[in-house]
Amino acid sequence: MDEGMDELLAEFLVESFENLDQLDQDLITLEQSPDDLGVLQSIFRTIHTIKGTCGFLGFSKLERISHVGESLLSLLRDGVATVDQEIASALLAMTTAVRAILVAIENTTGEGDFEYLDLVGELTRLEERARNADVGAEDLSDVETPDGARVGELLVLGGAASEVDVAIGLIQQQDGGDERRIGEILTEASATSADKVAEAVALQGDAKSAVADSTIRVDVGLLDELMTLVGELVLARNQILQLAGDTQGDPVFVQTTQRLNVITTELQVGVMKTRMQPVGNVWNKFPRVVRDLATQCGKQVRIEMDGKDTELDKTIIEAIKDPLTHLIRNSIDHGIEMPDVRKACGKPENGTVFLRAYHEGGQVNIEISDDGAGIDVARVKSLALGRGLITTEQADKMSDREVVNLIFLAGFSTAEQVSKISGRGVGMDVVRTNIERIGGQIELQNRPRAGTTVKVKIPLTLAIIPALVVTCGGEKFAIPQVSLLELVGLDGDARRNSIENVHGVPVYRLRGNILPIVNLHEQLSIEASTDRHSVTIVVLRADDHEFGLIVDEVNDTEEIVVKPLATQLKNMNSYSGCTIMGDGKVALILDVTGIAQRSRVLSATGEHSNSTNDTESVDAVIEKESLLVLQVGSNGRAALPLAVVDRLEEFQRSSIEHAAGREVVQYRGSIMPLVDVCGALGYSSVYESESDQVQVVVFSHGGRMVGLVVERIIDIVQETFASETVDSRFGMIGNTVLQGLVTDLVDVHEVIRSMIPEFFTTQTDSIETGRYSHV
Amino acid sequence: MSEPRQFCTMHLGEHLFGVAVMRIQEVISYQEMTVVPLAPRVIGGLINLRGQIVTAIDLRARLGMPPQEKGALPMNVVVQAPGGAVSLLVDQIGDVVDVDEEIFENPPETLTGVARELIRGVYKFEESLLLELDIDKTIEIVAAELANA
Repeated sequence: MDEGMDELLAEFLVESFENLDQLDQDLITLEQSPDDLGVLQSIFRTIHTIKGTCGFLGFSKLERISHVGESLLSLLRDGVATVDQEIASALLAMTTAVRAILVAIENTTGEGDFEYLDLVGELTRLEERARNADVGAEDLSDVETPDGARVGELLVLGGAASEVDVAIGLIQQQDGGDERRIGEILTEASATSADKVAEAVALQGDAKSAVADSTIRVDVGLLDELMTLVGELVLARNQILQLAGDTQGDPVFVQTTQRLNVITTELQVGVMKTRMQPVGNVWNKFPRVVRDLATQCGKQVRIEMDGKDTELDKTIIEAIKDPLTHLIRNSIDHGIEMPDVRKACGKPENGTVFLRAYHEGGQVNIEISDDGAGIDVARVKSLALGRGLITTEQADKMSDREVVNLIFLAGFSTAEQVSKISGRGVGMDVVRTNIERIGGQIELQNRPRAGTTVKVKIPLTLAIIPALVVTCGGEKFAIPQVSLLELVGLDGDARRNSIENVHGVPVYRLRGNILPIVNLHEQLSIEASTDRHSVTIVVLRADDHEFGLIVDEVNDTEEIVVKPLATQLKNMNSYSGCTIMGDGKVALILDVTGIAQRSRVLSATGEHSNSTNDTESVDAVIEKESLLVLQVGSNGRAALPLAVVDRLEEFQRSSIEHAAGREVVQYRGSIMPLVDVCGALGYSSVYESESDQVQVVVFSHGGRMVGLVVERIIDIVQETFASETVDSRFGMIGNTVLQGLVTDLVDVHEVIRSMIPEFFTTQTDSIETGRYSHV
Repeated sequence: MSEPRQFCTMHLGEHLFGVAVMRIQEVISYQEMTVVPLAPRVIGGLINLRGQIVTAIDLRARLGMPPQEKGALPMNVVVQAPGGAVSLLVDQIGDVVDVDEEIFENPPETLTGVARELIRGVYKFEESLLLELDIDKTIEIVAAELANA
């Protein structure tokens, strides 16, 4: 075969393989919704293309199979027959056969020895059955461009032929049995010129390939080379930057350097992005896997996916394909029960396998869950004992979790019978080895009788994630933005007073909720920088728990390229990787989960409590409601939920002005009305007291702010409380006892609305804003 | 084994160490390092080697030697290892020398501790002794130490 042919063949193979992947998925979709014409068209097109090209390349076997497949498909497309399971199975078998032949062509440039006569017979039988079932239907196997505009239409649009001529031509073609193409008929009838027809045909082709033109195929090796080169360029750039900084001379040189800097960074980011692929590329194969396996096992299983767009480096995508397939097989084969068993358990007959991918803490998590039977702990234990993997003594001491993890041991297989699908003795241990090889972790959550979830955590080697860059002890650290909730800056007095402690553990009250505080200096044993004027708390979330991390300085958010830690540092759970910053320096990426775990173990109380207990206690604190306790009048106490409070402020009495008969202050660039809460509640008005300062509780709602003037802010308490009504005056929900004293519970929205009726625009809004969560 | 081998020599304090040239990727001058808090002392830091992040191992710490004087900047000897390149921090880089197995001798019995494990043997040059470093062990035990840390 000459070179041109080789190239053509290679292109045909690549394209066909890609199309086949799509085909599998389309067929599954089609089986579920047989009326989806769009999907049918797409399937038809794929097979048609394969048939056409292999005819050209001389692959007769492939052509024959795709031809019978196409005939069957054309009946489906024209609505003569609808897809049932039999047809779907046959078509899937066809794609498998086509794939097998393509593989044979790829390896040997021949089509292989297998004849696929059964398959061809089956497809023909189905086609005939469909045809006979609907004798009245027209035979429309004429295969003209199934999509887009037809040549006739284009000619009319282009003014090259009249609508009437085209219509006559079409009638001639359909009813008169004229087998020529429409263009030929029209040219013959002198309705248009041959040139125009050629133009229209070309136009039609262009429209079809517009999508294909926007992408090109690139060899991964080339991308790797580019990556290395960009790395070198970055280093050279850094040196030049340094040079430009040192010389401080020629402004043109400095300017050029800056330009070089920007371009290099963009180039680096761009090249790295070329290697990223959505995890969906692997997942797309799974619906077919699930369908085939479920049919084989006689089970009913559907697959759901979430987070298909999560991007991973290409090499990782390749590496996780097999382990994930294995896990899905396990779920169907061992996890999901037979339909009658499911029914008896009160579950829907249809089992579900759920795939989910998301970024967390600089890693990609992929979860494979099923709603099957879960893992039978007792059985795993007895099997492990039987196989001599553990001793009786060990078995007695093991927790359920540890027992479940035994399935990761080599040579463990729980399937009663070694089935065709999984349970060949090379089970979860291989999966784990493969995942760990790429630096990942695998976790198993077992819910007896309700299913299992396997969580695979994969590092994002080379992945680009947005991160917050912070400084601590002079070093820069990156915090993956997925873990980041918010930033809290504390200045001056607030800095000293707002970090409190609960039994020796530092906490901060964030909108009424207690937030455990972790000091990054202490965690990393770095020397704290002194004489800082402010404290910055980075509020983070790790495994559903929030905590605040104190850092010296927050620098910026940056798209960082995650690189794995060297093997020498793999065991350090405080970092999830490292990255190269814009200035060429290496920065460590904090492992938020790791830091959270670490800080809990080393709590200030010195108790080495295990993390679960600790989490519970944190939960308990948060469940209590935070209340802001105020002094109203000369001796009254009132409280309101801290959650609705925006800020606490202090104003000079002299700064209070009047507008429209109301007290107002200038605050953050706008005019904020003040509400005298003491007066509203029937105590002596705030304005009667003599202090120079007034304390104000600021609320905001829908971009507007209002200040509640109080006598004094006494405290913030964390209480579970019961409201009793001693006397239900205006503006109060009731009374309660806080810190041993009777306290009024203020109905914030009623008070505000009574003074500024227009503050809450709608009733529902006001309920949202002023509620107590536990009353 | 009688054919001569090439060694790259490096100075650490008063000692002269040697590493097989074939194992060395490159030798570079001092690079700015990012300290890894909580890591054991043998981890000198992380350096950016043309976009590749390389872990630097403080060879003095690894061999249980006192740290270099303040202000002295170590040089990097980048060696290839199974897990990726690793840099060895040394005081000063020496030369590339041909060595003959005939002048090789096992380390003296009196040598104990970490050095015993890391020093493969001694080449007796006229003016000095060249200590052959076992690179794999030098790098590997760091991982073990880390697990304990």
